[in-house]
Amino acid sequence: MLTADEARSRYWKKTILWVVGLLIIWFAASLGCGVLWVDQLDQFMLPGTGIKLGFWFAQQGSILVFLCLLAAFVFIMNRLDQELSEAIEDTRKEGK
Amino acid sequence: MSVDFWTYLLVGLSFALYIGIALWSRAGSTKEFYVAGGGVPPVANGMATAADWMSAASFISMAGIIAFAGRDGSRFLMGWTGGYVLLALLLAPYLRRFGKYTVPDFIGDRYYSKFARVVAIFCAIFVSFTYVAGQMRGVGLVFGRYLGVSVEWGVVIGMCIVFFYAVLGGMKGITYTQVAQFCVLIFAYMVPAIFLSIMMTGNMVPQFGLGGDAIVDGVATGQSVLSRLDGLSEELGFAKYTDGTLSTIDLFCITLALMAGTAGLPHVIVRFYTVKKVADARKSAFWALLFIAILYTAAPAVAVFARTNLLDTIPGKHYSETPEWFKNWEDTGLIAWVDKNEDGVIQYLGKDKDGGAAFVGKPDYAGTRKEASGAVGQRILKNDITANANELYIDRDIMVLANPEIGGLPNWVIGLIAAGGLAAALSTAAGLLLVISSSVSHDLLKKTYMPDISEKGELKAARIAAGVAVCVAGYFGINPPGFVASVVALAFGLAASSFFPAIILGIFWKRTTSQGAIAGMVTGIAFTTAYIIYFKFMGGTKDQLWFGISPEGIGSLGMVLNFIVTTTVTLMTPAPPAAIQELVQRVRVPRTSYDDYNPDDDQPIAH
Repeated sequence: MLTADEARSRYWKKTILWVVGLLIIWFAASLGCGVLWVDQLDQFMLPGTGIKLGFWFAQQGSILVFLCLLAAFVFIMNRLDQELSEAIEDTRKEGK
Repeated sequence: MSVDFWTYLLVGLSFALYIGIALWSRAGSTKEFYVAGGGVPPVANGMATAADWMSAASFISMAGIIAFAGRDGSRFLMGWTGGYVLLALLLAPYLRRFGKYTVPDFIGDRYYSKFARVVAIFCAIFVSFTYVAGQMRGVGLVFGRYLGVSVEWGVVIGMCIVFFYAVLGGMKGITYTQVAQFCVLIFAYMVPAIFLSIMMTGNMVPQFGLGGDAIVDGVATGQSVLSRLDGLSEELGFAKYTDGTLSTIDLFCITLALMAGTAGLPHVIVRFYTVKKVADARKSAFWALLFIAILYTAAPAVAVFARTNLLDTIPGKHYSETPEWFKNWEDTGLIAWVDKNEDGVIQYLGKDKDGGAAFVGKPDYAGTRKEASGAVGQRILKNDITANANELYIDRDIMVLANPEIGGLPNWVIGLIAAGGLAAALSTAAGLLLVISSSVSHDLLKKTYMPDISEKGELKAARIAAGVAVCVAGYFGINPPGFVASVVALAFGLAASSFFPAIILGIFWKRTTSQGAIAGMVTGIAFTTAYIIYFKFMGGTKDQLWFGISPEGIGSLGMVLNFIVTTTVTLMTPAPPAAIQELVQRVRVPRTSYDDYNPDDDQPIAH
């Protein structure tokens, strides 16, 4: 059984891990695919369209990835909040 | 029915709507004035944030900038959306949990220092003024072009409208007007985009039209619009549309500076104080980005369609054969032509074919069309003519403004563009004015110099500050100082190199000390400002640039410097007081997890 402080510090550690993970994708999709590796990616086409892949990431793809990241973040954080409040509930019952 | 009729009708209706909303949502307390009472639903806040964020520049200029810059224009698309990821993941939820009203509030409390607070107030006011002057100018221009009012009167009318709902309604009035303004502006942007997309690619969704195959004169070509545009561009001596010309490091730094700057702009951050709880702050960041993305993913398509249209219809044509819109917009000075070789044919050429600027500066006509017209009826210019072979001047803004006419769309669509441009400019201006007014009344008076001021007095001060700010912004809108365009880079650079690192370290590193943060902010601001001033105003040359980073991107380096200096100084100074460390701890995890949780704490702290 976790103490309240342990539950909170676990919550924070998990938050940081998720944020770092999401930021890596953020970087790769925008500054990576849209800027650093754009010329390499431009050798390919976005399947089914006439857009070069690097160009697409730079002008539309990165924005779509950002949206998915924020949706994921909302979902993940709500679950972490839920987990924490259950753990805290447990410690309060224990206390009684 | 005429264009004028539709323009007056649509602009008039939208203004009536904004004023109606303002009357309905008057602010009665400072809490309502600063953060709309803290109970705005996430979807509404998302829409308001989107309208707040998308300025006259996003609505009128962005597609045009991309149309001329090709792939290099991506820096604005990524920079102005990617910032929301940083904002949502690193700043918004924590600032919302912290409560209070403004960004300087957080800096001042977290770094337990009056000086830090004043630095933050200075940055917030500077950044907001830089921005708001441009918005008022945008309002004036839209009035001037569509309603036949002079720019000066256009600015004055815009001032009155903003004054009315910002001063009366505060954040509450602004929020609900912005929701309406978002609907107006997105509708106005998408209607012509959809028409154009059907016309050029047969695809109803402009976002998908970007990857579609080109249709020319109603016949499918089987060639994608992009490769067709690449070909057209190269033929005329322009760089391929899908190739960039900026160096990778410069593009990287500019994009990063725009992202971090976006996340650090006070008028965007403050929007996340207006929702009920932390989970709502996360949700509204998602909604905001979704609403912004509708316009931002359509803009590159609009850019391609407009550019293709232009290259298809104008270069190589005899002046007498140009379409009606060419002459209409020639009269506004957004497009102009000098017949250098006197053949009556419009030559439009890029750098590779001896192109360049057709003449020096913006068009300056010798007289009206009747008084001074050339051999084939064109307007005569007084500008100094350049030596290259290009004869055509095109203002980038024409790409969005003239779209309905270029596409042959009905008159009501033209009126819609005017209403949309005004909605974009007014909503952003109002958000910025609120930041200025709360910085003065809340941060400067209540929190720094007059702590005893009553709530009523503070509200009054906030309204007076908003009123004064409207007038100053209006003055700059009518008499734009030449440096406005240059200092926008400074606004983003300052936000990136001052607020952004200070807030992030303040949340994610408990050890960060007051001395560290102040040293970091001052270094970041000084470095960024000095670099920009040197290259923009003191004649710094291109080969003096550090690593080839242009002034627009230097905020990235300033930000890195800020992080380094803050960290170093922090490690050399004693750890912050236990109370501050506890404050940071409390900002990190949900308040409900503490036994002393009190639901009232979820509200922004009242006085």
